[in-house]
Amino acid sequence: MAETQVKSKMVKFIVTRQDQPDAKSYTEEFEVPYRPGMNVISALMEIQRNPKNAKGENTSPVCWESNCLEEVCGACSMVINGKPRQACSALVDKLEQPVRIAPMSTFPVVRDLVIDRSRMFNALKKVKAWIPIDGTYDLGPGPRMAESKRQWAYELSKCMTCGVCLEACPNVNDKNSFIGPAPISQVRLFNAHPTGEMNKEERLEALMEEGGIEGCGNSQNCVRSCPKGIPLTTSIAEMNKATTKHMFKKWLGV
Amino acid sequence: MKGTSFYSRKLHSLLGIIPLGFFIVEHMLTNYSAFEGGKESFDSSVKFLNDLPLVTFLEIFGIFLPLLYHGVYGLYIAYQSRNNVSNYSYGRNIMFMLQRVTGVITFIFVVWHLYTTRFQVTLGNLTHEELGGHMNEILSQPIFFILYVIGVVAAVFHFSNGLWSFLVSWGITVGPRAQRVSSYICMFVFVIVSVLFILSLVAFTGSEFEAVSDVVNSAAALING
Repeated sequence: MAETQVKSKMVKFIVTRQDQPDAKSYTEEFEVPYRPGMNVISALMEIQRNPKNAKGENTSPVCWESNCLEEVCGACSMVINGKPRQACSALVDKLEQPVRIAPMSTFPVVRDLVIDRSRMFNALKKVKAWIPIDGTYDLGPGPRMAESKRQWAYELSKCMTCGVCLEACPNVNDKNSFIGPAPISQVRLFNAHPTGEMNKEERLEALMEEGGIEGCGNSQNCVRSCPKGIPLTTSIAEMNKATTKHMFKKWLGV
Repeated sequence: MKGTSFYSRKLHSLLGIIPLGFFIVEHMLTNYSAFEGGKESFDSSVKFLNDLPLVTFLEIFGIFLPLLYHGVYGLYIAYQSRNNVSNYSYGRNIMFMLQRVTGVITFIFVVWHLYTTRFQVTLGNLTHEELGGHMNEILSQPIFFILYVIGVVAAVFHFSNGLWSFLVSWGITVGPRAQRVSSYICMFVFVIVSVLFILSLVAFTGSEFEAVSDVVNSAAALING
């Protein structure tokens, strides 16, 4: 019987790579066999399995990070066809081809698509995005949160520190110390909490420090880019109001 | 120093509206008197301003120093952004970019405009009464007329869009609906103030603003003819 093997459909990927944190970036093309329902992660896994570029040369497999594979952990954020998003929820069927993949270069690139998002976690520490309840004895139950408030606060709690809003923001860059939209929204979340509210001034004052809320230039790219649909610009404006009030309160109260 | 840029940025935002926003509207109204009432009306508006009590004080603390701070610090703010309109061509991001571009244009325009008008008065090369004629001289040249239109439109855009961001930055418009409505209002302000400014520029090119000597000459020509 004559061999009638059909060449399977291939998907082309153009990946921006970088071998080391301080190395120059370059692009490499890959062709991956198409599978129905494939996402960018599964394509990267295929490249890992068979690390050959489009010219058929052996190359090092592309490095990336991912965990949950259901768009809740934020680890696989990368720039796909010019927009930052999670690779796990980027379905190849819905992407323009060739698919261009690059690291979110607002952050320090560790290798290939792996970036270091430490600055986001440092920002959360800076604004004290937690509720301090630790102590030497049981403090008892805290005050209740109104259901109407819980509903919008829950939306803010969906933030997974993925870094997409920082990547999209024109004011988060090497010339600017702005901490970015995500931690500002977290201040709103923890200040809305009935127990967290008891320390709200500390968080507001952190937002009024260097690189704080004043770095926002209202481009509103963050709210358009957030994969979780968090109302980031509303949070920022709400915190603008709170910091402005706090400023006057401090001036007139002392 | 802790929190320095919070306060300096807040001051920058405030000065853009109070007093600079008020000043640009006042300037527009004064100029518009040239369109509405001609030279006589414009001259009396200029006279009214110069007769204000403490006029030098008002000019220094109400216009010049705020302008200097807002302009110089604004250039630094513009430098601090990396515009990314090509990747994120959203309306507000375009406005963000335009706010910085028009800010720089306005800065250059205002320096030039101040040098050719108010500064010449300070130097004694020009009197307040001659300003109308002087503007006529400048604006009769098509290139300068176009540069003035660009400068004025940039300045008014910067003011109107700045008013929008002022409302956000001070926490006055918080939700998306409030911000959308305020953007319509600010763009309405932009159109109205721009049109009124351009109409006054056109008015200054009118023959009645030509230097007095020319008026005398033409009058003489009329009588003789």
